[in-house]
Amino acid sequence: MKPHLRNLKTKWTLQDYPDSTAYEAGYLTSKNAGWRSVRPVIDAEKCTGCLQCYLHCPDGVIFKSGKVVAIDYDFCKGCGICGRICRLKAIKMEVESK
Amino acid sequence: MVEDEFFYGHKACAGCGGSLAVRIALKVLGKRAVAVLPAGCMSAVGFNFPQLCFANNAIISTFAGTASMLTGIEAGLRAKGITDFVAVGFAGDGGTADIGIQALSGAIDRDDDILYICYDNEAYMNTGIQKSSLTPFGAKTTTTPAGKNAHGNLRPKKNMFEIVAAHGIKYAATASIGYLPDYMKKVQRASEIKGTKYIHVIAPCPTGWGIASDESVEIAKEAVDCGLWVLAEYKNGNYSVSIKPKNLPGLQTHIKRQGRFKHLTDDDIAYVESQRDSKWNFINQHWTVTQGGIK
Repeated sequence: MKPHLRNLKTKWTLQDYPDSTAYEAGYLTSKNAGWRSVRPVIDAEKCTGCLQCYLHCPDGVIFKSGKVVAIDYDFCKGCGICGRICRLKAIKMEVESK
Repeated sequence: MVEDEFFYGHKACAGCGGSLAVRIALKVLGKRAVAVLPAGCMSAVGFNFPQLCFANNAIISTFAGTASMLTGIEAGLRAKGITDFVAVGFAGDGGTADIGIQALSGAIDRDDDILYICYDNEAYMNTGIQKSSLTPFGAKTTTTPAGKNAHGNLRPKKNMFEIVAAHGIKYAATASIGYLPDYMKKVQRASEIKGTKYIHVIAPCPTGWGIASDESVEIAKEAVDCGLWVLAEYKNGNYSVSIKPKNLPGLQTHIKRQGRFKHLTDDDIAYVESQRDSKWNFINQHWTVTQGGIK
């Protein structure tokens, strides 16, 4: 379980606004992918699933996928901590194209 | 630790140490944690309506009122007969050592059943890097600039851990995001104790410290390894060191790789080293040094 992306309403009526300073928890409407200039790419051959990258990711975007890990690129900011923490050098930081 | 993510999609800078400290603590405490966040980075990056990044119950408090709001939440839930929760606060160094210290001191005095976590990035980073009383000696901030006469911050870092421990608190600990298993163990240990608990976790800020975004975990680990940041615990009136560095090396490399210390002279660094050495002399004489901390 983790907060997931919803569609941001383009038109807001009065009823859509919270009537107090409380609202649904874990309500995401925008991605962080655009912040990234480099992206971590996992080499599934080298990855042993030690989960050090999963543990140290400040954004929590790395998750278990079978015996290795995968990355939620919608919210990865490309900080590179995962690449640095990986002792097996199974994570490469690649320049974002486009 | 649960697999769920409770702090996700937040707008913290890439490589933010504070967000890692919050994320890991919530993964240890689980979905029944009720989080209180005063003004500071973590509330600024976590609550941008309609982008709300906490998946557990979380609320913004006044800057000074982290601990008092925790007191209220704990008392309120208890009055409603709810018992399976942890009231946890995440305040920055300014919100803890400067602005929130009175409320924190009061909560410890009443021994309210709360967990207070200070993520220490050593300045008011959220507002653009101003000095707090947890900014270390020599650090360049916008309010302690480095010039010919003054080399950054003139004052030493306030010893918040021992100030809190001096209250006779139930449990206090220091931690580092460079040693996550140790931090997780301390959060777990704190959550099992009834009474006021305080954890002070060092959380480098790439923006404010002048380091690359991928270096924050490494710097936090290095600070422990070179003896500048002491991982310790306080319980039942006893201090103990959790992880003791093998030796106390020269600090030239560690200090100079951070942009905020680039201007320091060799004399300044020698002064920092002497302060560190005398602290360790004191620790070796008066504290218990056991690997793994208090049993």
